[in-house]
Amino acid sequence: MVFYKSKSIYINLQRKIMLIILCVSIIPLVFLGETIYYQFARTYGEKIEDQIKYRARSQSDAVEVFLRERTAILATIVDTHSFDDLKQQENLNRIFKVISRRTDGLIDLGVIDSAGQHLAYAGPYNLKGLNYFQQAWFSEVMSKGKYISDVYMGYRQWPHFVIAVRGYSNGRSWILRATVDSDIFNKLVRTAQTGKSGDAYLINKTGMYQTAPRFSGKILGKSNLDLTLFGQGTTVAEKIKADGKTKHVAGTWLKNNEWLLVITQDVGDEKGGLLTTRNTEIIIIVFGCLVMIMTTFFTMRIIFRHLEEADKGISELNEQLIQSDKIAALGKMATGIAHEINNPLAIIGEKAGWMRDLLDEEEFQESENFKEYEQSVNKIEEYVERARKITHNMLGFARRMEHRLDDVDINHVLNQTLELLQSHTQTNNIEISKDFQSELPIIASDQSQLQQVFLNLINNAIDAVEKDGLIEVKTRKKDSQIVVAIKDNGPGIAKEHLKKVFDPFFTTKETGKGIGLGLSVSYNIIKKLGGTLKVESKISEGAVFSVKLPIKIPGKK
Amino acid sequence: MFRILVVDDEVDFLETIINRLKKRKLDATGVTSGEEAVALLKEQLFDVIILDIKMPGGMDGIETLLEIKKIQPLAEVLLLTGHASMETSIEGIKLGAFDYCLKPLKFEELLQKIGAAFEKKSAHDKKIT
Repeated sequence: MVFYKSKSIYINLQRKIMLIILCVSIIPLVFLGETIYYQFARTYGEKIEDQIKYRARSQSDAVEVFLRERTAILATIVDTHSFDDLKQQENLNRIFKVISRRTDGLIDLGVIDSAGQHLAYAGPYNLKGLNYFQQAWFSEVMSKGKYISDVYMGYRQWPHFVIAVRGYSNGRSWILRATVDSDIFNKLVRTAQTGKSGDAYLINKTGMYQTAPRFSGKILGKSNLDLTLFGQGTTVAEKIKADGKTKHVAGTWLKNNEWLLVITQDVGDEKGGLLTTRNTEIIIIVFGCLVMIMTTFFTMRIIFRHLEEADKGISELNEQLIQSDKIAALGKMATGIAHEINNPLAIIGEKAGWMRDLLDEEEFQESENFKEYEQSVNKIEEYVERARKITHNMLGFARRMEHRLDDVDINHVLNQTLELLQSHTQTNNIEISKDFQSELPIIASDQSQLQQVFLNLINNAIDAVEKDGLIEVKTRKKDSQIVVAIKDNGPGIAKEHLKKVFDPFFTTKETGKGIGLGLSVSYNIIKKLGGTLKVESKISEGAVFSVKLPIKIPGKK
Repeated sequence: MFRILVVDDEVDFLETIINRLKKRKLDATGVTSGEEAVALLKEQLFDVIILDIKMPGGMDGIETLLEIKKIQPLAEVLLLTGHASMETSIEGIKLGAFDYCLKPLKFEELLQKIGAAFEKKSAHDKKIT
């Protein structure tokens, strides 16, 4: 089975997975952001409404208190002074002086008799002697006892309003009337104005401005506010302005529902904080998305690179397994062939031996072709011997590869390996120099695996030296180790390749000459047998591969 | 006179070995199966028995060896083997065989080992007598 197919498959898969991950992470994030924003905006709006409502209510209370206080002052004067006292100009002047000192907001004071005649007047205008009988407020005071007028122009031709209280003495009604300082009253109402666009003003039942609004309109002008919007208590309404902006409008009725205190506030103005919050949220979400995209992209790239490598590795391993299956099959075949050849070989050998035995007899020695016979028998024996070695080596290599311990004579194993390669070295004129330490201890190791390692190393040396080279094979006992050094006078190994020579599939041989497994397999075999395999080499100075094996004395059999 | 018995299923091989041994004035007899060997050993005494380990059909080398050791425990056995059955040879030595020779034979080596087996046998015989 081939795991690794082509790069495009990994790229496609990577894209799909990335898309899915990004969808399931970014969509909920954006949705969450939107939900939080709208929830926040609603709460914020409610809070602003509450605020403006509260402001309208408290401001209307302040205005009511202002009016009630002034009315109370007038009522107190009416109750504690007689009409005769008050109509004396000097008495009224004195009282007005006291009032002006103790309180603010009243600009004049006047006494009017039941016929509407202004009998006494203290204040900046000259109103004494005027008759108010025809004026609307006069009859209102006369019937209700207390009266606060709407703002009007009156004799002064200046917007103002009056507070009047009816007195009763000697069977006749009379009126004490004061005018409210419109500047102070306007200021009082305007304290409820906030921000750049906030406004606070009073209008009467018919929609006339009672105090000057901050922006469009003037006192006693007609307001275009729809009064039906405002019910009992404090009401908040939203109004679309001409320029498309919305504003909050809060209204509270006061003065027995005759005046409406109106507080307005542009939505954009009060929601400035909300806009900042929204922008911050958008920045955070965008930044979060970017981080997610980057992280997903890079982790996916790393993961897929690993996956690709792992699949490549598995594919290579599979190929290796197929290869070793082939080798195993080949090994079985070799064993079979070697066996089948071995028996006839044994017979040929014996027959040749028998011929030699017979040639020893006298009558044959006198034969004219005796020498020819003898030579032929010699040759047969020689080639039987050669074939014998080949079949034995074949059988030796085909033996099972599992790790097992034999009694191993290293020199003997090396000799066997060299014999196998003899014809090759001879035809290429490669000189093999053997420097074996005699009487090396027999060690417990795996003979067939060692044979494979030596074959690999010597084969590599042969490939390195090519023709007319020299290969030295040396064995030594050093402390508790046997050292086998295989040295060639080939071109050597470049420094950058030295570290890689034991890596699987690393090869510098031409394609088809080697798959780069020999040294890797050898390295692993020696490691498994408890030894080490090392290489030393310099360019143009050849290479030395040294195998060090621990001396393990075989147990008694 | 020492007596040698050669057991090998390959008739050509067996005949030639017998001829070569006889040529060297050795008393050698050949049989082609384990069963024949066992039957003969029950009737006659042999000093050295050369036994092929690989004999397809019938008794194989190891079975024959065990039988031989039962019938004539003092006879020395030399095993003949191809390389792949070397483990069997080692097992055979553990079971009481004297030594083994690889096939194809090096005849001089075989003669040497026969000589060694004779020596061991005669040393043993002397002890008994």
